[in-house]
Amino acid sequence: MPEGYSHAPTHGLPGRVAIHGHGDPHDMQSSHAHHPKLQHHFDDMAQQAEASTLGMWVFLVTEVMFFGGLFMAYLVYRYQSPEGFAEASNHLNVYWGAANTVVLIVSSLTMALAVRSAQTSAPPKTQVGWLVATMVLGAAFLGVKVIEYADKFEHHLVPGPNFQWPGTYPNPAEQFYSLYFAMTGLHALHMIIGIGLMLVISWMAWRRQFDSSYYTPVEVAGLYWHFVDIVWIFLFPLLYLIGFHYGSH
Amino acid sequence: MFTNFPCFPQQASTQAGEVDAIYFFMVAVGAFFSILIAGLIVFFAIRYRRRHRQEVGYAIHGSLALELMWTIIPFFIVMVMFVWGAKVFFDIYRPPAGAMEIYVTGKQWMWKVQHMDGQREINELHVPVGRPVKLIMGSEDVIHSYYIPAFRVKADVVPGRYNVLSFTATKPGTYHLFCAEYCGTKHSGMIGSVVAMEPQEFQAWLAGGPASESPVAAGEKLFSDLACNTCHRGDTQGRGPMLTGLFGKPVELQDGRTVVADEAYLRESIVNPQAKIVAGFQPLMPTFQGLVTEEQLLQLISYVRSLSQQAPGSAPAAPVMPQASDRPAVEKK
Amino acid sequence: MATLNYLNNGHGLKSWLLTKDHKRIGLLYLASITAFFFLGGLFAFLIRLELLTPSGDLLTAENYNKMFTMHGAVMVFFFLIPSIPAVLGNFFLPIMLGCKDLAFPRINLLSWYIFILGASFTMVAALSGGVDTGWTFYTPYSTAAANGHVVITALGIFITGFSSILTGLNFIVTTHRMRAPGMTWFRMPLFVWSHYATSLIMVLGTPVVAITVLLVGVERVFHLGIFDPALGGDPILFQHLFWFYSHPAVYIMILPAMGVISEVVQAFARKNIFGYSFVAFSSLAIAVVGFLVWGHHLFVSGQSVYAGLIFSVLSFIVAIPSAIKVFNWTATIYRGSISLESPMLYAFGFLGLFTIGGLTGLFLAAMGLDIHVHDTYFVVAHFHYIMVGGAIMGYLGGMHYWWPKMTGKMYSEPWAKFAALLVFVGFNLTFFPQFIVGYLGMPRRYHMYPPEFQVWNVLSTAGATVLAVGYVLPMIYFTYSIFKGQTAPANPWGAKGLEWEIPSPPPTENFAVTPIVTHGTHQYAPSKEVGVA
Repeated sequence: MPEGYSHAPTHGLPGRVAIHGHGDPHDMQSSHAHHPKLQHHFDDMAQQAEASTLGMWVFLVTEVMFFGGLFMAYLVYRYQSPEGFAEASNHLNVYWGAANTVVLIVSSLTMALAVRSAQTSAPPKTQVGWLVATMVLGAAFLGVKVIEYADKFEHHLVPGPNFQWPGTYPNPAEQFYSLYFAMTGLHALHMIIGIGLMLVISWMAWRRQFDSSYYTPVEVAGLYWHFVDIVWIFLFPLLYLIGFHYGSH
Repeated sequence: MFTNFPCFPQQASTQAGEVDAIYFFMVAVGAFFSILIAGLIVFFAIRYRRRHRQEVGYAIHGSLALELMWTIIPFFIVMVMFVWGAKVFFDIYRPPAGAMEIYVTGKQWMWKVQHMDGQREINELHVPVGRPVKLIMGSEDVIHSYYIPAFRVKADVVPGRYNVLSFTATKPGTYHLFCAEYCGTKHSGMIGSVVAMEPQEFQAWLAGGPASESPVAAGEKLFSDLACNTCHRGDTQGRGPMLTGLFGKPVELQDGRTVVADEAYLRESIVNPQAKIVAGFQPLMPTFQGLVTEEQLLQLISYVRSLSQQAPGSAPAAPVMPQASDRPAVEKK
Repeated sequence: MATLNYLNNGHGLKSWLLTKDHKRIGLLYLASITAFFFLGGLFAFLIRLELLTPSGDLLTAENYNKMFTMHGAVMVFFFLIPSIPAVLGNFFLPIMLGCKDLAFPRINLLSWYIFILGASFTMVAALSGGVDTGWTFYTPYSTAAANGHVVITALGIFITGFSSILTGLNFIVTTHRMRAPGMTWFRMPLFVWSHYATSLIMVLGTPVVAITVLLVGVERVFHLGIFDPALGGDPILFQHLFWFYSHPAVYIMILPAMGVISEVVQAFARKNIFGYSFVAFSSLAIAVVGFLVWGHHLFVSGQSVYAGLIFSVLSFIVAIPSAIKVFNWTATIYRGSISLESPMLYAFGFLGLFTIGGLTGLFLAAMGLDIHVHDTYFVVAHFHYIMVGGAIMGYLGGMHYWWPKMTGKMYSEPWAKFAALLVFVGFNLTFFPQFIVGYLGMPRRYHMYPPEFQVWNVLSTAGATVLAVGYVLPMIYFTYSIFKGQTAPANPWGAKGLEWEIPSPPPTENFAVTPIVTHGTHQYAPSKEVGVA
């Protein structure tokens, strides 16, 4: 036996408790040892689930930093021209923005219900139902964005050589719309990826792969979806609501 | 080929000695610690070399006292370095009162210098010895950097703003001028000379060059050519604020902020007038971005400055490097 | 005849290109980064060749500018940042933690493919003519002026960043969740601590440079004007966003090397590290404080002097944990049983050169002094002392230390010692003169220079030649060892650590039996001689 390693298991153990026996890699002590979804490098399902969710949380932190760069640029330029940004923001349609906000919040609800249904071993029909509802709402969000973007193209509000600004502050307006397209565009890209993820998860759910003993992919996809929702919760007021006055649009 | 090579740059400005002093201090500290560590390692490696195959080292886990010592002592040493370095920085970047101002424009790949009396230079800068000089620098295109090693001064030259560099030359001579921020193909060719002269010789040089328009005169001409005077009249009845006596004074803006009317403010008002609307005026001024070069901007600014009673060179000494005045005035006269 | 190990468990290209084994993935990375190292080195050599003479006679100005741009981009993004984590970290992190693989083996493989994809984009840009912006891509030159390959290069770097992010993510989750029973945080090897700290930086910093280079590309293509002063944009904003990542990035490059040094010094002194928790916490401190110092790259840009003061003081403070580590490593050697095999020679080289490099960083942190030396060869010398004298020495030391474990073969020790000596001598001859010529005022990124700087440049190029030989030699003797080297035992150095308890090369699943850990690594002396904690 290599020096420093003994059979004595109990002192100073880390948080998790599953201990392997001595020499039997297929130890039956853990009740999930032969779960078909257990990957070979994990000790048990609990460790696998914890690793997966921690992995998603770490990834979401990287996403915060990714969007963070754009938020920083927004912060700097808005501080430089507050009236310019307010004027530019007034050309966005608050009602579409608000509708999209509601759509996303409801989609987070349906997503949470999807996770719950997997967690409680609900029938696949139920699981898929909630997932499809989430996707439909996500698609609705994207549909509204298409309408909004088309409107911008029509009104020469796309930054670049064709940008035309009828108001008082053309330079800040162009900066604002650069950031608008960058931030909502990046967000929309994440929505599209999210919907793709949901398709995969729905298919897996339809194939009866999720129940209370294994629903980690749904949970992890749910975390991602909630994150995309939260980014929008920040984007909406920063882009649509600054300097907003009733009746101004 | 190798008969004449320097190991250390000349000191030709008042600040050079200060910079070299902190440099030598840090070389000494650095040499001390490098030799200490290297020496200890070599000594230990010999003294404790393995004598037989199975030998192991003595088990020592650590010593809080040592850890504290070699944390606290370096901490104090670096704090000394920090304070000293900050002091030298302030000394270099605080333009002294009465500094002679010269405009510098960086452009791929040359330096254009404009003296206040009209003398212009390309890639050279003539300055008098013993008199503080303040360079106000702008860029026509990309970021450059004005670097005079013998004076130990450098400042980036950034498009869209003015940066300031000041020094006082102490020794007559010709010194290298380099562009120190990569700016494209001929970056290493964007070099020149700074010529420091005794004051009388400098005056002679100033007077002796081909007569050319002073920036103030050029600016005045531009002011009327570009029709600035239709809105910025000599009285308060114009559509734009009156510019007489404006330079260096605080200006109240529409949104309640107050800024100082310095070079950066004037430049911004010409190229991006909507950024700061003066209280009580409409945002009517068109932008001149792209219609005037950086040089012309400097000429217009010198003209507007001349409309104030203060002579050039006695502008308020700002303790920080002036930038585009996009925050409320911190430094007031 | 050979026992089953990770190298012969599965043959054929598919078994390598579709592997989930962290050890094989480490070797895939080894092949790729070695290629990029020599590519970046070739660019460096051309630069040094040009700088032998004051006039620009070897390369046109534009080609020279492309040389230093590609040298920087390739070395930073495709060699230094992946090197130790993706090769040695991938290989040894699971083994040191006592588990079978990283938390996400398929993501590990994906990160290699992303690396290759990103590198390919950048290589395509290089082959179609390259970029000449400098690896730092400062605006508005990169968005408005430079040639059109900026977008592809930026895209390549953007993609490669995700490789880094995924590696860091994998390491973090593995360290948190996959440690063997009994392996508390303070029983982990210091190599793991330094990789954990590195992973924090990878995960938090890389996304920012990703969005920044993306914005540069978007600005070029769509003429947005985020950084364009004509629209009120701020070119200095780019610098802030860029350096927010790129400063912590240098800690990504050095922390893993420090981890290697901790392991090598303990192994070849046969003595546990002096001040384990101080070294461990110093790694974390470097990672955290390293995020707060980026503005020291902007002292002369016109940024507020008050911001400058804050960045300066923090830049001084970030040096302290590194100093603590150097003192602890030195104290570890005291009363050890020192053996000077090649890994230890590299560790000693690291200690000397990193100390000098770190001390010269203090020169740059001092605001008043930085004015003079910013953007000169002084800075170039400083960062090469850390990245080459520090990081690459650490990498080579680790490769020599763990080569027998990874390959099951011993390399030629006399040649390895000779190469280490050449590297040390060549390195100092290359870069020490650059401190001198930098203080004299020679700016960096200069294709031609005033004649009085020539002597120092000639010395530097001479050194580079020696250094190049020193780097080529390991390629030869390492390759030779694979075919003709002596078979390595499980523990050729008599070192302590989980990796030395398993065969050389290791089996695919690392451990036949999950180890149960009762104390930390590198405990050599009998326990009754344990000193003050």
